[in-house]
Amino acid sequence: MKELSSKNITFKIRRYNPEKSNKTHFATFVVPTTRGMTVLDALLYIKENLDSTLAFRTSCRMAICGSCGMLINKYPHLACHTQIEELKTKTVTVEPLPNLPVIKDLVVDLSPLFEKHKLVKPYIIRADRPEMDNPTAEFAQSPEELESFLQFTYCVKCGICISACPTSATDKQFLGPQALAQCYRYCTDSRDDGERERFLLADSENGIWHCHLAGACSDACPKGVDPALAIQLLKRQLVARATNLLGKRELTPLVTPPVHSKPKLPFPQFTVNDKTDAREG
Amino acid sequence: MREPHPKRKNYLGIMGWIWGGNYRIERYLYTLHRVTGLGILLFFLVHLCVTTFFRMQQQSWEAAMEILHNPWFKLGEYLVVLAFAYHSLNGLRLIIQELGFGMGKPAPPIYPYRDSLRKSRRWSMALVGTAALIALVFLYDFLVGG
Repeated sequence: MKELSSKNITFKIRRYNPEKSNKTHFATFVVPTTRGMTVLDALLYIKENLDSTLAFRTSCRMAICGSCGMLINKYPHLACHTQIEELKTKTVTVEPLPNLPVIKDLVVDLSPLFEKHKLVKPYIIRADRPEMDNPTAEFAQSPEELESFLQFTYCVKCGICISACPTSATDKQFLGPQALAQCYRYCTDSRDDGERERFLLADSENGIWHCHLAGACSDACPKGVDPALAIQLLKRQLVARATNLLGKRELTPLVTPPVHSKPKLPFPQFTVNDKTDAREG
Repeated sequence: MREPHPKRKNYLGIMGWIWGGNYRIERYLYTLHRVTGLGILLFFLVHLCVTTFFRMQQQSWEAAMEILHNPWFKLGEYLVVLAFAYHSLNGLRLIIQELGFGMGKPAPPIYPYRDSLRKSRRWSMALVGTAALIALVFLYDFLVGG
């Protein structure tokens, strides 16, 4: 097999250790990189071979967990989702995500994000509490109703939208694109009846009206969630409710699941004989 | 809300408004909207100060008018017209889009992702084009008309 050509790339990483100093500094590392290598791979290389004290958060390596959000070449990315080659620079600058407190090196504290996420009550709220506790039937939902909020369910809570948002840069109390998008996601869910509770928060001083549609959150979102769209649609919902344009919202009716399911299809016949294969192999 | 363990504050502050980084055009339209808004506010303050001279002696008023005939003030007036044109047009775009119109519908995120602002970029480009046209018309007036 042909050997992959290696290219030396300089990594400038913003270091911060609160136990030593309150100030930050840039540390430089030279990493041999190959095609397809991600920024996270480079950070792991540095930790394993050059400086084991480097701190960063990582888990899944496939843009699902949202742990490795960081500012790469002055743009928020997931490190595992960013190939070094696509950056097209000989020097890669890696910094912690802005607008979130830094614990050490590239590790930011995501608790403000989770606290705000919890504030918008990210769960189904219904008036018929006994039915929620002991369900007797299913909540019917059409594919169209599902599609009206499905996009916003892909949020991995990485904090990238908050670091991209210019309002979050100055207003620490601002709910932020992540929480507001989730607020819309649950308010639009046809099974949910918690609109009134969430609107109180969304319509507050630190709520939705502080978004001025810079669009950076949607631009930077690594999962294509588009929080800016959710926020503008939530604004429309709020205005429509305040002016009574949309009228009263009907909740999804309960539908008893079918008792008799369709007859099962017979299991397909194997086209390859296992024994023959084993003998040949 | 729970205050985190003593950590380095990493808020961008006002720089977060100004610095557009590698973001798309809408992020720069946002910055320009703020800058033109502040410019118009400054114009109103200067305008208020100048018009108070009208209530004073005639000499003060004429002296103020003399200063305003300075070419730099003429350039400032031109910039104010541009700021008005851009701020009002972009303001209209924001009112329409902030009410969820022209933003499209939620769609399953399939790579490469195209967010709603990218899908409705033609409106932003139309806005920039109209503002540029107004700028050129007034530039002609500024250069030729004096």
